[in-house]
This record gives sequence, structure tokens and C-alpha cells, in this order.
Amino acid sequence: MTILDERPETAEVPPPRRVNPLWALLRNSWRQLTSMRTALVLLFLLAVAAIPGSYFPQTSVNREKVSQYYTAHPQLAPWVDRLGGFDVFASAWFAAIYLLLFTSLIGCVLPRLRDHARALRSVPPEAPKRLERLPQHAPARPGPQPPAEVANGLARTLRGKLFRTRVRELPGGRFSVAAEKGYLKETGNLLFHFALLAVLIGVGFGHWYGWHGNRILVAGEDQGFCNSITQYDDSALGPRVTAADLPKFCLRMTDFEATYQSTGQPKSFLANVEVKEGSGEYRKANFTVNDPLRLHHANVHLIGQGYALELRYTDRYGASQTKVVPFLPTDGMQTSEGVAQFPDVNIDPNTNQRDDRLQVGFEGVYLPTGGDDGSAVSKFPAENNPMLYLAAYRGNLGLDVGKAGSVYALNRGQISNGELKKISGDRPQALKPGQSWTLDDGTKLEFVGTRKYATLSIRYDPTQSLMLVGAVLGLIGLMLSLFGHRRRIWFVVSPANDQEAGGSVVEAGGLPRTDYPGFAAEFAALTGHAEEGKP
Amino acid sequence: MAELSNQLMALTVLAYLAAMVCYAGEYAFGKRSHVGRAAARQLVGAGAPVDEQVPVVAAGEKIGRGEWSGRIAAVLNVIALALHFGTLVTRGIAADRMPWGNMYEYILSATFVGSAVWVGVLLRRPILRHLGLFSSLALVVLLGAAALVAYTPVGPLVPALHSYWFIVHVSTVIISSGIFLIGAVPALMFLIKNGYDEGRRTFPYTLGKRVPTPAVVLERLTFRLHAFAFPLFTFGALIAGPLWAEASWGRYWGWDPKEVWAFISWIVYAAYLHARATPSVKRTVATWIALLGFVTMLMNLFGVNLFFEGLHSYANAG
Ligand code: HEM
Repeated sequence: MTILDERPETAEVPPPRRVNPLWALLRNSWRQLTSMRTALVLLFLLAVAAIPGSYFPQTSVNREKVSQYYTAHPQLAPWVDRLGGFDVFASAWFAAIYLLLFTSLIGCVLPRLRDHARALRSVPPEAPKRLERLPQHAPARPGPQPPAEVANGLARTLRGKLFRTRVRELPGGRFSVAAEKGYLKETGNLLFHFALLAVLIGVGFGHWYGWHGNRILVAGEDQGFCNSITQYDDSALGPRVTAADLPKFCLRMTDFEATYQSTGQPKSFLANVEVKEGSGEYRKANFTVNDPLRLHHANVHLIGQGYALELRYTDRYGASQTKVVPFLPTDGMQTSEGVAQFPDVNIDPNTNQRDDRLQVGFEGVYLPTGGDDGSAVSKFPAENNPMLYLAAYRGNLGLDVGKAGSVYALNRGQISNGELKKISGDRPQALKPGQSWTLDDGTKLEFVGTRKYATLSIRYDPTQSLMLVGAVLGLIGLMLSLFGHRRRIWFVVSPANDQEAGGSVVEAGGLPRTDYPGFAAEFAALTGHAEEGKP
Repeated sequence: MAELSNQLMALTVLAYLAAMVCYAGEYAFGKRSHVGRAAARQLVGAGAPVDEQVPVVAAGEKIGRGEWSGRIAAVLNVIALALHFGTLVTRGIAADRMPWGNMYEYILSATFVGSAVWVGVLLRRPILRHLGLFSSLALVVLLGAAALVAYTPVGPLVPALHSYWFIVHVSTVIISSGIFLIGAVPALMFLIKNGYDEGRRTFPYTLGKRVPTPAVVLERLTFRLHAFAFPLFTFGALIAGPLWAEASWGRYWGWDPKEVWAFISWIVYAAYLHARATPSVKRTVATWIALLGFVTMLMNLFGVNLFFEGLHSYANAG
């Protein structure tokens, strides 16, 4: 820790020259901002400002939780939103704090960089007059060799130990050897702070030039997709990315393997896919949790899995439609909920007119392993006893109103205003794969079977690798800074009093410039070494 | 094996408790004697050689009750550490993996590191033995809390934890957390001792009366523990963690509650290092910041797991 090296907090105001008050104000503010105390305060503010980000649900982490919060606290939620509480880390006040901190950081490290560059070129200073005043001191000891020779020998030893060393000739045939070591500490410290800046800039660029999207990919060749923004269930492009910039690739899943412990805890997942990049051919690939599929400028991560149901509806006119609808798991045993909506059915082939009152929708629960007790929770996540419980609705599904509705639930508004009526009984219909259900109007729903689906997160962040380099350099700098020690050692070699013998007397002193408990030992070793040098 | 681990766990807590009682005995019976003054003479002074000897009890002088109590406490502490180790090993064997797959195991491991560091300090600087009262108190409380609120039966890992980053990230975070946690003990003692030396005679400071170690030594120990843990934490939480998160979730940093609190702890500890390097900030103020860091670590260990729900599945309390 630098104690003696510290830059003065606020430099003395220079003697009264006529200064422009505005300039003085600016300069003083800048000094304030770049002082260590301000940095401390800003660091604290940053830590405190992050707390709401863990307390309130964050849009960037979990959009659904935010909606739940709105439902639970209808009064409070809009206020939280206005204050940026659901997006703390993108909020203006959070940005204000870290931008101030980083301005302070720049203002702090640039002058230090300059000073350090100077220090690196400077030579170790002259020995103080009275070595015995230094924290470390080795009293004068005689030796038989002439002073110049002793001084040069000492300098050689010190240089060998990577001390920056300077030998000076003093009046009276005396020599001084000045040595300094530990510049790496400050170098490391600067490296660390610059790495922080680099990482922040990296985050910014990654945000601008990156993009991501989430998508459910159901197994089967008919369910594949090619990368384009419309293919995503939810997506975000960085401000500097347009839909046309997305890399071209197509993906389809051949199958999905999941294994479980007997307790139902998942053991392993594996998505087997075929992928085509650019104008190439389809090739086989697979990926799993923790091991994404790395494509050119896109990474495909496996973040979830579940079952999609294949349902075939045959309408009054005998026309049938098949839908593959993903059901969303609601628990670890893959009890899954979802809907199948058939808006374009029961179209009279004579008039070709769609009757809005004759649209059909099904809502229900799928249990990969149903129990015999008829309970609506799955007993195991794999399909040991697949069971589907459905309720049927007929009427206007309300899909065309232009409002984006959920694809996992029926439109509640339409049900409550009576436009969409439940046509099955109070108890949902149970179906096993292959079974059919004939509704009251003679139309038929067949539960064809299930397919696995994978929830994918597809992302690209151009600065990711650079930031890793920055972070590692920063860590190296940090360690140099924390564990390095700046220290100075001086030897003064004088001719022995007994001129005849031609010997010399060596006195040594040492100054640790940072809190360095090991310095005494090092000093002793060095001065001991100096003694050994003498025959 | 799992059963054995649970029994060892109970014994571990009991052993720490016994050690704590004996440390307390040393505290109560120990004289504020020559020990303190001798130590002060030896240890004061920046850059001065730190003599690592216990002041020798002159031949023939009777070893007091306090001294005996302290020695027994140290032995018990080492036994407790061995039991603690046994708990972890049997747990790991029972689960057939590294014993840090959920919150219970995580706390078990972090406290083990803290305890091991403490015993290491004790062996190198026997003069600091009296701090054992506080370190064993902290361990008893943390382990007790782990057993009461976080106990989870032995189980396998969810697929998200099948990664070598699991080992790298979690082990470094555990080690650094353990060191940070134990670093709070000399920090607290420094504040107490320093307050006492400055003439305060109200309750927590009166404890300082029987602390023979000079305040500067406590302060420096605090710094060295934190300075050691900080880069390790930086690596574990801010480099290895994001690397793993990138592979697993696709984003290296997502402000999940656990990540938020790791960030907060990191910033607070950075503030501590800054404060300590700023001459105009008093050492007591800096040390308070270190204790604040300790609070944020606890928040991450217990609070986040219990109050918030996030992606860090191993963080789920049983
Ligand atoms: C982005 C926030 C910052 C973080 C996370 C940070 C972190 C750190 C850390 C961990 C150290 C300890 C290294 C050591 O003790 O050798 C340190 C040292 C230092 N920091 Fe920062 N810093 C930040 C911003 C700043 C700012 C804004 C300034 C300038 C006002 C500054 C000036 C210094 C100085 C002068 C030292 C050297 C202390 C010494 O003498 O050892 N830092 N910083």
C-alpha cells in the first residue's frame, strides 16, 4: 500500500493570480471528482444502487416475474417501473454513477500513468545523509577491498536481483550504491484500472453490436427454422444491429435425449441437430447444457426442454388439420400446460366463409407419467404413462383482434364475455397417444403423439473474448499491485580509516515504500550477502 | 456414508463449540499480563521483523489456568477442523462428486476453508490464539445455520452443474469466501482493541482489555487476509463465473440476484482496499468497510438463497 507515494489529495491552490471563477470552479470540481475519497463514495453508491436490482424482478432476467409483480402490487409497480426498478442496470441513475466513477477513474489514472512513466525513467535517488534514520539499517562494517571494487560488486549483486541500481562517486573517495525495486506494483495497479476501463467499454460495444433471441425448437424436419428475427419467440438486437445483419444458418432437431435419476432429477440432456451455415450443406451436430453449439457469429445454448403435442382436428366437413404445440412445463416432473387453437376450421366448402363462432380451442395439461389416481401432476419427467387432459372450447378465439396473445393459454376475455364457450363437461377429457375424442358436434380430436422440444437461446456478443483478455490482464495487474512492494536500499562504501590496509567500510540502509513486513528479512539477506562478497 | 457425514457434522459443531468454550476460558482467566506488552514490543512498527514466537513462559513459572484453557482450545480447534474435513469427504463420497452442489454443502465448504485458514494463522502466529473465541463462534453460528435452514439430503447434480467450470468457479469462490469470512474476525478485534486503546470503556470495547495482540498487528492481519482473498474472488466470481455462465446460459453476466450480490461484495471489498490505501481515511473506517463486505458475503450465502429465486440452482435451500 502506498503511503509515502500518495499524490496530494488536493493540490495547493497556486498564489493569487487572477483566475476566471468559472475555470476555478471547473478545476476544483475536477480535482474533487478525481480524488480517492470521491472514488470511494462512488464505489459505495454503486454497491448500494445495485441492491434494488436483486430485490425487484428484472425485465432482463425474467420478464414473467415482472408481470407477476404487477399483478401482486398493482399500485406500487408503475412507480417502481418509473424509477427504473425493473431495469436497474440499464437505468439512468445507475449509469450516472458508473459513468462518474469511470470519469473519476480516467482522471485518476492518466496523471498516474504519466508520473509512473517518469518514475520508470528516473534513477534511484541519492542516499540520505543519515542512513541510521531509515527503518532498516546495517551499521558500518569493515572489509579488506577498496571502496570502488566493493561498490561495483554490490551493484552487480543488486542488479542480479533485478534492482534498478546506480553507483555514484562521492567526495572523499566514498561511493554510494542506490537501488530500487518494485515498480511492477504501480505498473500492475495501472494495468488493473485500465483493464476495468477496457471491460466497461467492452460491455458497451457488446451491447451495441450483439443480439440474442429465444426459440422453442421442436424435433422433426418440418419444425426446423432458419435464422431470422421473425423466427424468434422473443429477441433483441443491439442498437447497431439490423435484422439483415443476422448470420445465415438453419437448424433442425433430429432428436432430443434426456435421462433422469429415479427421483426424477435430470441427469443429462443432449440435443441432436442438423445445421446448415450460409449456403453450405446440412451437417450433424449436437450440444447440451454447458456446451453450446458454436456457429459462426452465433452460439446456440440449450436452456430448457419439454414436450410438444401433435394434435389432429377433423371438422364438420371432414377436413383435418394437425398442429404441433409445445406445452410449457410447470414443475420438475414436466407437468405441462398449453393450448391448441384451430381458428381456420369448420369452413363451409360451398361458401368458403369462415364462421367465427365455430373456431375451436383446446386447453389442458399433459403428464408424461400420469398416475392412476387421476391427479393432474406428473410423477416422472420421462414418458412412462403419458396422459393428456383437455377441455374443449368453441366460439371466437379472439386471435385476430391484433393483440398479441399468449400461445400457451386461451384468450380469457373471450371466455368471460361469452364469445368462447366451453363445450366439454366439468371434467377434462383424458387422452392417451393414439386416442381420439369426438366432440358434441361430431368433430374429432386425435392425440397423435408427442415430440420433444428444446428451448434455445441464440446469442452473439462480439466483444466477449476481448473482455476475457481484459479481465485476465486486470487480474494479473491486481495481483502485481497487491503483492508487489516498492523499496529502496542504499549502501555507502567509505575508505577504511586505516589507509594503509586499503580496505573499506560499508554501511547500509533500507526504506520500504509500502507496508511490507518481509522487508527486514530481505534487507538482512542482502546485507548478509554483501558481507559474503568480501573475502 | 450420508448418515456418517451428518453425524460427523454434529460432532464438528460440538467440537467447535467445545473449542469456543475453552477459548472463552482463556479469555476469562488469562491475565492481561506481560504477554500483551511483550507482543506489542515485538510486533509494532512497519517493516520491522515480526517475531513469530509465543512469549516463552519462563522456566519454573507456573502455567496459568488461562494458558491451559487456551492450549486445550487450540487442540480442540484442530480436532474440529479434522472432523469438519471428515464431514466434507464423507459427503463427497456419498454424493460421488465434489461436496458443493447445494447451499448446505457450499456453506460447509466455505466454513471449512475459513477454519483451515484460521488454523494456519494459529500455527504461524500462536500469539493470536485468543482470536479463536471469535472464529469458533462464527463457525458454530454459520454451521448451525447451515444445518438448520439449509440442510439438503445427498443428491446428484442437475445437468447445469455438469461442467468443469463447476469445480473451478465454485471452489475458488468457496475458498475466497472462507478467507473473507475469517478475515472479519481480526477486523472486528481490531476495532474493539483499537477502541479500547483509545479509552473507550463501554461494552464491546471492554472485550479489548484482554486482547494481548496490538491493534496494528490485527489490522495488518485483516488486510493480508483480504488482500489474499480479493484476487481469488475476482477470479472465481468475476472471471470463472461469467465463463461458465456464458457456456451454460449464453450470457456471461445477467444480473441474477446471486450475481448482483457478488458484484456488491466485490465493490465493497475494492472500496476497503481503496480506503486502506488512502492516507486521509482512518484505518478504523477502512476496517468498518471490510466488515460491511462481510455482511454482503453473508447476504449472498444466506439471504439471496432464501429470499430471492434465481438461476443458480445449487443455491437452493433444501
Ligand atoms: C471502477 C472502480 C474501481 C475499482 C473496482 C478499483 C479497485 C481497486 C483495487 C482493488 C485496488 C487495490 C489494489 C492495491 O491496493 O494495490 C485499487 C487501488 C487503487 N485505486 Fe482503484 N478502483 C476503482 C476506481 C478508482 C478510481 C476512480 C481511482 C482514482 C480516484 C482509483 C485509484 C486507485 C489508487 C490510487 C490505487 C492505489 C492504491 C495503492 O496505493 O495501493 N481507483 N483500486
